Amino acid sequence: MDYEVVIGMEVHVELKTESKAFCGCSTAFGAAPNTHVCPVCLGLPGVLPVLNRKAVEHAVRVGLALGCEISAFSKFDRKNYFYPDMPKNYQISQYDKPLTSTGRLPILVDGAIREIRIRRAHLEEDAGKLLHLDDGTTGVDFNRAGVPLLEIVSEPDLHSADEAVEYLLRLKTLLEYLGVSDCNMEEGSMRCEANVDVRPTGGGPIGDIVEIKNVASITGVKRAIEFEFERQRDLLEMGGTVKRETRRWNPDSARTTVMRTKELAHDYRYFPEPDLVPVVLDRETIERMRETLPELPLARQLRYMNEHGLSEYDSGVLTAQQAAADFYESCARLYGQPKVVCNWVMGELFRLMKERRVGFDTLQVTPTALVDMLKLIDNGTISGTIGKTVIEAMFATGLPPDRIVVDRGLMQISDTAELEKTITAVLEANSKPVADYRGGNEKTFGFLVGQVMRATKGKANPKLVNELLRKALDTGGE
Amino acid sequence: MSLLEQSLSDAAKAVRAGTVSSTELTRAALDAIERLDPTLRAYISVDADGALARAAQLDARRGKGEPLGLLGGVPVAIKDNMVVRGGATTCASRILDGFVSPYDATVIERLREAGAVFLGKTNMDEFAMGSSTENSAVAATRNPWDTGRVPGGSSGGSAAAVAARMAFGALGSDTGGSIRQPASFCGVTGLKPTYGRVSRYGLVAFASSLDQIGTFSRDGRDAALLLGAIAGHDPRDSTSVKETVPDYGAALDGGVAGLRVGMPAEYFGEGISAETEQAVRAAIAKLNDLGAEVVEVSLPHLDYAVATYYIICTAEASSNLARYDGVRYGRRLDGEGVHDMYRASREAGFGAEVKRRILLGTYVLSAGYYDAYYLKALKVRTLIKADFDRAFEHVDCIAAPTSPTTAFRLGEKLDDPLTMYLLDIYTISVNLAGLPGISVPCGFDQAGLPIGLQLIGKPFDEPTLLRAAHAYQQATDWQRRVPPIVDGGA
Ligand SMILES: [Zn+2]
Repeated sequence: MDYEVVIGMEVHVELKTESKAFCGCSTAFGAAPNTHVCPVCLGLPGVLPVLNRKAVEHAVRVGLALGCEISAFSKFDRKNYFYPDMPKNYQISQYDKPLTSTGRLPILVDGAIREIRIRRAHLEEDAGKLLHLDDGTTGVDFNRAGVPLLEIVSEPDLHSADEAVEYLLRLKTLLEYLGVSDCNMEEGSMRCEANVDVRPTGGGPIGDIVEIKNVASITGVKRAIEFEFERQRDLLEMGGTVKRETRRWNPDSARTTVMRTKELAHDYRYFPEPDLVPVVLDRETIERMRETLPELPLARQLRYMNEHGLSEYDSGVLTAQQAAADFYESCARLYGQPKVVCNWVMGELFRLMKERRVGFDTLQVTPTALVDMLKLIDNGTISGTIGKTVIEAMFATGLPPDRIVVDRGLMQISDTAELEKTITAVLEANSKPVADYRGGNEKTFGFLVGQVMRATKGKANPKLVNELLRKALDTGGE
Repeated sequence: MSLLEQSLSDAAKAVRAGTVSSTELTRAALDAIERLDPTLRAYISVDADGALARAAQLDARRGKGEPLGLLGGVPVAIKDNMVVRGGATTCASRILDGFVSPYDATVIERLREAGAVFLGKTNMDEFAMGSSTENSAVAATRNPWDTGRVPGGSSGGSAAAVAARMAFGALGSDTGGSIRQPASFCGVTGLKPTYGRVSRYGLVAFASSLDQIGTFSRDGRDAALLLGAIAGHDPRDSTSVKETVPDYGAALDGGVAGLRVGMPAEYFGEGISAETEQAVRAAIAKLNDLGAEVVEVSLPHLDYAVATYYIICTAEASSNLARYDGVRYGRRLDGEGVHDMYRASREAGFGAEVKRRILLGTYVLSAGYYDAYYLKALKVRTLIKADFDRAFEHVDCIAAPTSPTTAFRLGEKLDDPLTMYLLDIYTISVNLAGLPGISVPCGFDQAGLPIGLQLIGKPFDEPTLLRAAHAYQQATDWQRRVPPIVDGGA
């Protein structure tokens, strides 16, 4: 029997706000333990939460970008459970009236668009962090307690580990475009849980779902789902049943292990948070926010494919990062010939950025400078090969390309007499390949071109070299 | 006349005029505490040094001609569920042993600004849960009129302190009648403002949607003064309302002529003592004599108020009190693992009534019971609110008894929580509807125990309540009577 997997994702992202969800404390990452805390986020007796409007705005933007319905009226609830990193022993969250619901996230699967339905995206507060100390005791750092979280829940619309990965990458890109989160899994600002159900292919009811928690990377998600698929399939094949439970992914052993079973499931005793008034948004505000949304990554990718003629792969790489797409698009607008721009950006520029660990925020090459360089190639001032040298210098110094070309004497040699002189010298020094060529071995022609280019340090006009070399070889010698 | 016999308003005036100093008033109050409190146990903690230092500072300010604020250096007491920076707040519970607040409640900030001197923190039912101040982990407070009786609860300490002249005024909190009922039992004026009128920031929560800070005073004029000092929007409390604060002092005068006073038939039915009914009816007749028009109104859902209240307040309390777990502050007992530690700490830290309510609240919020209890209670709450809305279409305020009986004996109802809960039947619906209410002394029973008249107003219409209370008190003198213990009797 064949089996299929059905996956729903729950993604928590920390929203990028200056202050926490319900107090004025900083949300900056990496501070010394318990330095970004106040009576409110510590849940001291007598404190009350006050909602951070910026967090609401961020959540609404995400909702709009996901095509969700934005609730004109939403409210907060308390989710009650005891945990030492939770100062109040309840979490302020949204239960039956979330800020946004019923949207979709389009993903590309085998070149076709598939819309993954989004059940809801709601606001809640983060908890603190337990620190297990060397002396065997446990401390708690509450710096993260109260940081606004957006929980984005999908419907079980994903059918493979790869689709889940695609979904997460698409979501991550979208959130980065919207500027609402850093989506940094190492720093915990993006956390994933996968609900995985394996069943015989061709339908059948959704069985008991296994929830996988604590996955700290996108590769981890992929491997955890693959492991879980095999585990559940093997169980079913042996006539067993899959129990509803929560499992933890352990990257070291590359397996999932039981964390909580259904019998121990929590009763969160949700009820409306009496310390906060409901969130009321008027249509006008929502529409105004809709107008400020940027072009979303997938729309941009499709435009690059349709209008710029880029491949799915190229356009995907360019739009994965908003800054990259912006850079590419500025160049393409200034220069035309999007494919040429794409090659230079994805080739030389990305290579250098990766090698030297430079991001777009500190990049010294401007789109104008890059386009100026391309124009130098077009008008014959430099060769394409020299272009690579020029871009490297631009990258290191931030100087304009014409200046680099002049300073370093990189102008293309198109002087026939000068080139003929070089060719003569090359032919003399390479009598064997010359003889071979004349004996009918066309292949050695390329070798000889290379020698000429080398002798001119790449500056020779390649077209002219070809012409002159051919002439010299074909006419001389007899 | 002793310094302590004058009202808060008069004392503040006297300090401003320089005829008495803040230090003298403070010392007099501290002396009274020293003399009476070992018997009455109205205070949990008294900060004599702090109070005298503050009084001296205010006197120095006055000496330099600087203004002292509305309260002019007069000493007041605070219920021990409001936090004061650098001091202990216990909520009369062992679970808060050792807790020192790093911040001030908004009401404390505002009273400071108004020039108040803080004498100390007053006794209460643990976490404000109770109607007798017997559920205190510290001691049971005694009623100044009869030390064998309870002062009412949960703000019994504040009520007793004001009644016995151990403070010129006090703050309390009222979740289901916790200001009005003890005010009635102790013969003082107790005001529970509209929900949202006074910031709850820094009030240790019992039931967030019902809790409201209010005042204890000798009379309506003092209530107006205290309310004026603490009322107003607070950006730290989202449920505090952005309405402007009227001049409550200016609203006192004008009498009750033409005022339409509603008399709810349901409040004079079963369970009310004959003496209470007689006194309250007489008080309403008095208002009528003074020119008010008395109109019959109906609040048909009264019978459901107590049940509704205990579902909502216990649900919220079970969640609000979850933070007391021994992890960050307060009492911690060791246990094997974190859950054992929670269990041991909470078992030792909470008293019986608090545990009872946490269990009740946990139950009514549980999956499977939520709809039957909590959700239904919310619906009934809406009906109760609608009762008042309908009544207020015809009247300006409602007059009723505050409590069906006068103060009962210590221990008398301690083993019967249900009867105890029923004693709040006249006050609870006001909290469910978020309305303002005031209790003023309106007579004494044959045992010499005070009886309270409750006036209930429209949202944010404290001015009408204060005006009616003031008119009544101008025409009567129940509020001037002093418990015998104050003069060394009883
Ligand atoms: Zn904070």
